[in-house]
Amino acid sequence: MPGSIRNRVAILGMGCTRFGERWDASDADLIVDAAYQAFKDAGIGPEEVQAAWVGTSTGRTGMTISEPLRLQYIPVTRVENACATASDAFRNACYSVAAGIYDMVLAIGIDKFKDSGISGLGDGGTPGPSHSMIAESTPPRSFAMLATTYFAKYGLSYEEGKHMIGRVSWKSHQNGMRNKNAHFQGNVTMDQIINAPMVSWPLGLFDCCGVSDGCAAAIITTPEIAKARKKDPVFVKALQIAMAPRDGNFTQNFDFLHVEATVRAAERAYEEAGIKNPREEISMAEVHDCFSITEAVTMEDLRFSPRGKVRDDIENGFFDLDGKLPVQLDGGLKCFGHPIGASGLRMLYEMYLHLQGRADELLNPGFPSRQLPNPKLGLTHNLGGAPDGCAIFVGIVGLEGA
Amino acid sequence: MAGIVSFGAYIPYYRLPRGVIGQMWGQPGGRGEKAVAGSDEDPVTMSVAAGLDCLKGIQTKTINALFMATTCSPYRERQCANIVANALDIPRASRNADFTNCLRAGTSAMLCALDAVKAGSLNKVLVTAADMRLGGAAGGDEQAFGDGSAALLFGNEKVAVEVEGSHTFSDDLCDFWRDGDDKFIRHWEDRFGREEGYLKIPAEAVEALLKKCNTAKGDIAKVCLYGANARVQATLGKKMGFKPEQLQNPLLDTVGDTGAALPLMILVAALEEAKPGDRILLVSYGNGSDAIMLRVTEEIKNLENRRGIKQHLNIKKTLNSYGRYLRWRDMISLAPAARPPAGAASMSAQWREHETAIPLYGVKCKQCGTPQLYLSQSSTRAHICLQCQARDDFEPYRFADKPGTVRSFSHDFLAGGIDPPATAAVVDFDGGGRGQFLMVDREPDECQVGMRVEMTFRQLRHTMGAHTYFWKCKPVRD
Repeated sequence: MPGSIRNRVAILGMGCTRFGERWDASDADLIVDAAYQAFKDAGIGPEEVQAAWVGTSTGRTGMTISEPLRLQYIPVTRVENACATASDAFRNACYSVAAGIYDMVLAIGIDKFKDSGISGLGDGGTPGPSHSMIAESTPPRSFAMLATTYFAKYGLSYEEGKHMIGRVSWKSHQNGMRNKNAHFQGNVTMDQIINAPMVSWPLGLFDCCGVSDGCAAAIITTPEIAKARKKDPVFVKALQIAMAPRDGNFTQNFDFLHVEATVRAAERAYEEAGIKNPREEISMAEVHDCFSITEAVTMEDLRFSPRGKVRDDIENGFFDLDGKLPVQLDGGLKCFGHPIGASGLRMLYEMYLHLQGRADELLNPGFPSRQLPNPKLGLTHNLGGAPDGCAIFVGIVGLEGA
Repeated sequence: MAGIVSFGAYIPYYRLPRGVIGQMWGQPGGRGEKAVAGSDEDPVTMSVAAGLDCLKGIQTKTINALFMATTCSPYRERQCANIVANALDIPRASRNADFTNCLRAGTSAMLCALDAVKAGSLNKVLVTAADMRLGGAAGGDEQAFGDGSAALLFGNEKVAVEVEGSHTFSDDLCDFWRDGDDKFIRHWEDRFGREEGYLKIPAEAVEALLKKCNTAKGDIAKVCLYGANARVQATLGKKMGFKPEQLQNPLLDTVGDTGAALPLMILVAALEEAKPGDRILLVSYGNGSDAIMLRVTEEIKNLENRRGIKQHLNIKKTLNSYGRYLRWRDMISLAPAARPPAGAASMSAQWREHETAIPLYGVKCKQCGTPQLYLSQSSTRAHICLQCQARDDFEPYRFADKPGTVRSFSHDFLAGGIDPPATAAVVDFDGGGRGQFLMVDREPDECQVGMRVEMTFRQLRHTMGAHTYFWKCKPVRD
């Protein structure tokens, strides 16, 4: 790679709305809320923003934000890359600063699904030309394929496999409970998780994340400006996108046990950030847990767990909030929620809060602290699409010296 | 001599015991069971299924006509024979035609095919007959009617069944009918149809044919006699002077009255047992009668690997839910789905993709030899090899006739549809290549990684009054 983003841009401020079934809020309400949280956190006014990138899967053009924020004729680019949408908006915003074109930009992600009147995402079909000659899949069906093969390959009985993926969701619920802005904050037992109604066999209701409304935003600037205005800015260490050729359903080479684009993006991100052993060096992560099995497989794809061994780490609490490598500290897609176009920035927000020691700003009263002691590097990961073909984002952020 | 070169048949996987229907309505259930087409089957898909059985080992590019017979065409206007021919990979230069509106449609198509082959204007004609007439709830037809299909290939070479002669009486005796808006068949008084129609007209056709062929009744090995009712069918056989053992079982207890397809299905069953030299008499009924005299040749021995009627009778699953049957047939008002409606199928895109999607053609890379499908929502034509990235250097490669092994699967309860859950499977084809398909005719509990499946042509969706068809997979059950 001719260049690296490592330490070339910094995050000056961030904001994130409460995620969930926001019957009370329009997309404009959510955009203004998140953007003005970020402006306040960065200590700037909207007039200082020189350019913006908006990630959304439901909005249209840059006016998705320029209208509610009444931005005054600055350039705004609309980004869509499925579940990697917000992260890709952030990536492009970072590049514009690293290129020296701007030094104060906004990246924002927004989606509002809960006015659609249905649960889930519909048939998962992409808009655009379609002959409708092949069957559309649903997201749970596409990801259930990973669980079916994972159980078969590693000789897990249905009960063993269900317990493994159920434990993934249980952990996220434990984390989501502590977060006052999470979509799902209820206490859920392993029994409830394992015996929930089937959605797409072997995935039950609690193996699936919800679909939410929400918005998250970040202000990106140069290291110099960040250090001048803030004592502990968070620096970008790596930004990688890998786009699959979508051949998993058509070549027998694909094993339905991993997601190749995650492996590719992660290895490039580790190289960019100078990381050799992610299991030891990464302090925390927010990954794309659209379904419990996705998170399990992703742990192996990111080299957090050895191939075929994630079950041990899951069952031993390695990824719990008090484990060695906490994952989904805010509840993840599973519990914090999943407004597609906002999720990547929401993940980044959680890393940002922990790196600044501010995680308890979102603590539900009466719960023990959710702040990690002394984190150095946080990883975020999005998977847009399905295991057989997807857009993957892997990003790493950290403190200046990390 | 022109005649039948190959045969095949299809009976849907599900069988509804007549007792289950009777129990529902507090009526005596009839004898046996009826074959019930799945929620995604229709005469087009059943014609394809019988056609695939018939064309085993036969080069489809040599066929130059497809005649499809049914009284239950999914369209009033659109040639269904074209869809069947397209799915069976029969070339475009094919004189396709739909034969419909009459229970004799199957034998009418046979006679037209025979004459065309005899005259030399067509070399090979595939005749398919499929029906799935709907009986109104709690009526006699509901118990009587079954679903199924047969296919016969006519030609001049390697003839397995010669046609010695035929006789037709056309008679506008209207004992049952459906007008353009009727969902169900209307009947005139039973006794009129029986006494003046069924028990008279076929007998006249048979007498005329025997005289024409100078054949004695005792020289006939099997009589394949259409009948809507087993008792009346036996009465007619006796009245015509045939011994009970000469009458081929009319499939009414096992399959039901499959309308225009039934005479051909009974014939296929007879051919499965026939020896070279046997004479077989085929008799249809419906606004007249066709009687056809057939003679089996030595070539019949080369057609033993068909599933035909015999094997399909054993490939079955009892449907013990009358409710599920009503649901499949759109006979009951269901709770509205909490899902967005399916998008309309694009006619222009379907036309553009019809040479790949409908016969299920992928490609084989000439550079690296990798067989591959390309199935996306916007295109089914590959340009860049997924293995070696060579551009547009392929030969066509058909997947429809390849069995495969399930690599992964899921039962989707979210997708909705007429018969949930929707089972989807990743299929690794024998010889290379992979695709993800819906799986039908499966019990969720039997599905596992490594199970063997084959391809089946089914309805996919119905939007704007148009049916969309595509391939699905089903367990191999030989």
